[in-house]
Amino acid sequence: MASQELLINYLPILVFMAIACVVSVAMILGSLLLGKQNPDSEKNSAYECGFDAFQDARNKFDVRFYLVCLLFIIFDLEIAFLFPWAISLGEIGVFGFWSMIVFLTILTVGFIYEWKKGALDWE
Amino acid sequence: MIIQALAFYLFAGILSLSALAVITARNPVHSVLFLILAFFNASGLFLLLGAEFIAMILVIVYVGAVAVLFLFVVMMLDINFSDLRKGAMQYVPVGLLIGLILLIELAVIYQTWSLDAITAAASISMANMGETTNTELIGANLYTNYVLPFQIAGLILFVAMIGAIVLTHRSRPGVKRQKVAQQYARQRDEAMEIVKVTPRTGA
Repeated sequence: MASQELLINYLPILVFMAIACVVSVAMILGSLLLGKQNPDSEKNSAYECGFDAFQDARNKFDVRFYLVCLLFIIFDLEIAFLFPWAISLGEIGVFGFWSMIVFLTILTVGFIYEWKKGALDWE
Repeated sequence: MIIQALAFYLFAGILSLSALAVITARNPVHSVLFLILAFFNASGLFLLLGAEFIAMILVIVYVGAVAVLFLFVVMMLDINFSDLRKGAMQYVPVGLLIGLILLIELAVIYQTWSLDAITAAASISMANMGETTNTELIGANLYTNYVLPFQIAGLILFVAMIGAIVLTHRSRPGVKRQKVAQQYARQRDEAMEIVKVTPRTGA
């Protein structure tokens, strides 16, 4: 178990999470208990502007969403490497600074590639 | 201290239950949502261990990015899940066998592994830590002592980026794009023409 001082900092988040749980459960339970429940098959069916549902809600969609998501993950990881670097920059000195610059340069080459390739354009 | 223990059991309990729900949920989208819940609780457990950085990365990378990717995969693959489930029962013996082997391995580790050496080593490093945080220690080591793995990680991300584009990017012909440079380069002569109109001729 970690030191108490560290975890004390996270106590407000725990309190917020508890409040969020209580509020959301109260809303769902409240509407379940207080509302009049009188379901029939028409009320339970998917509503699509008054029509019967045309097709299954899950259909294949464009692969470009997937590409955007993949590129997002890569830059997300790049950002994750920046956090420890930023707070320990004073200790690691010039070498640490330039090692991050090399890392960023490699990824910037990739960024230029995807920009020029048009992977960031939608149409 | 009591809150800490309570929080541990809460996180661990919800983690186990949601992990169970991931593999039993009928709807694969629900499975992914339970997986996200499991990630959140695992990050809570990491926080209780004092591993702040890993906890935050779990939320940022796994919940923020990987879970979204899983959702995309589940939605993209147009699989008939009821068909898939029909044949699943025939794999039960193999699955049970693998589970049993893993359980035996865990038991063997539990029998032979001694925690004393690890806790002793951990207490030494904890004593050296003093007031520095986890993230600071990672930062102090990763970019200098482990510079080669760090740069290799960068190269792997680079390869992933190129690979994603090569595999999924198609340039579509006949798409009309705005070309700002071309718009600005346009001259008055080529864009408009002044026509002399003679009145009352209709032309």
